[in-house]
Amino acid sequence: MNTTKNATQIKAEPGKQEIFITRDFEAPRELVFKALTDPSLVVQWLGPKDITMTIDQFNIKNNGHYRYIHSRGQHSYAFRGVVHEVSFPERIIQTFEFEGLSEKGHVALETARLEALPGGRTRLTTHSVFQSVADRDGMLQSGMEKGVLDSHDRLDSVLEKLSS
Amino acid sequence: MQTRRDVFQAIADPTRRGIIQLIAKESMNLNSIAEQFDVSRPAISQHIKILTECGLIIIKQKGRERFCEASLAPLSEVAQWAEQYRRQWAERFDALDHLLADLQKKKKSPRRKK
Repeated sequence: MNTTKNATQIKAEPGKQEIFITRDFEAPRELVFKALTDPSLVVQWLGPKDITMTIDQFNIKNNGHYRYIHSRGQHSYAFRGVVHEVSFPERIIQTFEFEGLSEKGHVALETARLEALPGGRTRLTTHSVFQSVADRDGMLQSGMEKGVLDSHDRLDSVLEKLSS
Repeated sequence: MQTRRDVFQAIADPTRRGIIQLIAKESMNLNSIAEQFDVSRPAISQHIKILTECGLIIIKQKGRERFCEASLAPLSEVAQWAEQYRRQWAERFDALDHLLADLQKKKKSPRRKK
């Protein structure tokens, strides 16, 4: 068992519409691919720690689609997208939309690439392209749904204090 | 309506990024900044106004001239936001590590060790 974790790297240059995330895994590419596409496995890692992840649909194949919900307490947030291409075991291309945004139509295009490394290891690189720099920054800024949930929790506790 | 300025807004525009890069090396007056860009002087003034409101530029009066000085500390805000996002993915991928280790163990022996 390895004790040091592999580093997660983010590349998000100012003024650009894209985010790259790179991470190495101590497992063969086929297995990592399975963990990214099999819904019974995805629920075991994709949700932030203190959140329950429920899958509405998860059909990761050509022309498939997915929708999942992260919930904690009374708050729930859904994410959805359609799958453009699945090439086992090296590439998945799909759209991504956070349904909790105040306005519809802010969709990102995501490409996940899996590269086999020597020693049965795998490098995963996800490339997300947003429709605008503002959309991209909004995603970075919110820390995604966890940030949203945290802020709602803070709001809850403020409201509690005010009403008690 | 009052618009809220933040550092993301400041760096979202290529001309504004250019201005920051330019004056990061040395303070410059408005005219010398405007000469470096292919946009009108009022447009440059507007960019500088926004950058000032975002805290990335400090205007200093030197004699009859106003100099723009870069104040880069607010940019670390951008790095911190990316850091929060990174940390979240790092957390997920650490969970994925455990799952992958479990799956590989299961492959070797059907009995699960826990």
